[in-house]
Amino acid sequence: MTESDEPVNDRAAHDDDVLLPELVAHLREHRAELRKEWADRIEAAHLLQAMTAQEIGSETTSVYDNYVEVLETGSVDALQRYARDLSERIIPRGVETHEVVGIVLLLRDVLARSLFLKYHDDFGVLNRVLDAYEPAANRIANTVAVSFVEERERVIRQQQDAIRELSTPVLQVRERLLILPIIGVLDNQRAGQLTDQLLRGIRTNRAKVVVIDITGVPEIDTSVANHLVQTVDASRLMGASVIITGLSSEIARTLVTIGVDLTKMNTIGDLQSGIEEAERQLGFRVTRSEES
Amino acid sequence: MQFQADLINQIGQYRARGIVIDVAALDVLDSFASKALRDLADMARLRGAATVIVGIQPNVAFALVQLPESLDIHTALDLEEGLTHLERVTSGHRTGQSDLAAMNDRDDERS
Repeated sequence: MTESDEPVNDRAAHDDDVLLPELVAHLREHRAELRKEWADRIEAAHLLQAMTAQEIGSETTSVYDNYVEVLETGSVDALQRYARDLSERIIPRGVETHEVVGIVLLLRDVLARSLFLKYHDDFGVLNRVLDAYEPAANRIANTVAVSFVEERERVIRQQQDAIRELSTPVLQVRERLLILPIIGVLDNQRAGQLTDQLLRGIRTNRAKVVVIDITGVPEIDTSVANHLVQTVDASRLMGASVIITGLSSEIARTLVTIGVDLTKMNTIGDLQSGIEEAERQLGFRVTRSEES
Repeated sequence: MQFQADLINQIGQYRARGIVIDVAALDVLDSFASKALRDLADMARLRGAATVIVGIQPNVAFALVQLPESLDIHTALDLEEGLTHLERVTSGHRTGQSDLAAMNDRDDERS
């Protein structure tokens, strides 16, 4: 991309000086028809189907104007800002990367065709026009694609953070009884976070019994299993006993196969029995208030 | 070491039935300290007193379980919990033969 910024010699620079304004003027002049052709080709290629025809109309107009502006000024800053803004709006609508790249490449082709038509009499001029046009057009395509992907990655990172925060809730269900429902894959990082949250939860809630429910965990590996055992030990050191509920057959097999010391692990089949056992340990007795 | 000797002496002096060791102010407990505590609890038991360790910080707790040998002393969340535990353990053992294994047997009296 950088080679497009610096003209190689004076003649090319001169060409650029003359040709680019001419090119920009041409694109401005035929704006309506070129934009129409572009919109038609977007529709024909079945791109941007998540958006209405009206939205496509207004966005393509903006993209077109930004496009010509970049050709004119050589600066992609405005386009970059617009592309980020556009991405922010259309990503939640489910617009895919290939669609965004696709429409920009379509515009590039449409404009190139119109240049062919205009200059087809003089091959030398056409060549120089394309020399000026192509690097700029590629740069534009690149800018839009990168902006879109960056925006997407930002959204993904944001969601990952949110998921991580929500992934290990520590809930108090009774006085001095905590529950940790764990759902999904338990990797090392998450196991570490779980330990951290649990031990701090024991401290702040003055918990005596903790029920860790791993019904939603399909499988765990050796290091996570050991981590879990250590977490149980550490909780005991802080004065809380741990009940683990909902072990899947997979996990039960893993725990036995890797030979972790299970004597200290208090495991109970399902969450309900786990909570009942915890209540018993705490001295709660739950009775139905009336027959029903 | 000095702390150990002093404490074991004082068990006799005060006719102590229980010892609460509060480690809430400690950010680090290494294997040496953990062994010292374990030895101390064993000595105290021989002298007729039960030991409970209270106030272990979360990160200290997790560091302790990663040591090769386990702490093996009764622990409680804080001083209050520790005292409750000792009351329960020692009230039934006026003869001075407090038994660490018997500590976990009784259910919580709260209901």
